[in-house]
Amino acid sequence: MIVQPVLIIAAALFSLGIYGILVRRNAVMVLLSIELILNSVNINFVLFDAMLADTMMNGQIFSIFIITIAAAEVGIGLAIVLMLFRNRQTANIDEFDLMKW
Amino acid sequence: MELYEIVTYFVLLLLLSTALRVVTTTNVIHAAVSLVFTLALTAVLFLLLSAEFVALVLILVYIGAVIVLFLFGIMITRAPLGKNAELDNDKNKKAGAVIAFSIFLLFSYILINGFSGEIAIDQATSTQLLGEILLTRFVFPFEIVSFVLLAALIGGITLARKDEALIDEDQI
Repeated sequence: MIVQPVLIIAAALFSLGIYGILVRRNAVMVLLSIELILNSVNINFVLFDAMLADTMMNGQIFSIFIITIAAAEVGIGLAIVLMLFRNRQTANIDEFDLMKW
Repeated sequence: MELYEIVTYFVLLLLLSTALRVVTTTNVIHAAVSLVFTLALTAVLFLLLSAEFVALVLILVYIGAVIVLFLFGIMITRAPLGKNAELDNDKNKKAGAVIAFSIFLLFSYILINGFSGEIAIDQATSTQLLGEILLTRFVFPFEIVSFVLLAALIGGITLARKDEALIDEDQI
């Protein structure tokens, strides 16, 4: 497998996630975009693991840890969104402007 | 080897198009389903890179659990199902595209200059070896991660449950 196309696609997934975070209005959609970013990092870790032929498999183990942390992050994030929705009756992040003058 | 290359490029192309759909579709359910396809194609890419265990974990954790949580979140926050033009913040669109594209250019410039070559995948990864490394060299991070999951569990329950004072008020 040639390395460079995979790296470029991973960079594209990362920047698409950034675009989603900046543009989406619904808070759940922002969390979906964060998952895209974490996924692109996972691709890079596994690719470099295969590229370096690492006998300790550090890349694969790191991506397993990232997947675990991402699951915890989604649980907490959705709990926060639920809480905000209960208090403000909306999940649109541009309406959470309590700290704006 | 020829077929392997074709399959790899096909998977990469599909990966890009489904990821593009996650951030551009105006239907929230379609975005979640496109994320399922993105993650499944990532698992296929991991299989092509001979990382079977990570691919299976990705399928189990993401497609099995995280997507269900997302669909639950979409339903319970009463996001308008079906086409919804209000889903994007239009005044951020141009700036977001410029920032995302410049990040993409920077990253691909650095990565293309830094890394090149070809990976020869000749054997499958031993899942037994992965488990041994995870429970010997990485046993301390492993335990820390289990503690993080416990903290997330307790935090999620504490955040999402109703305030007891409010429940009492409702009952009166």
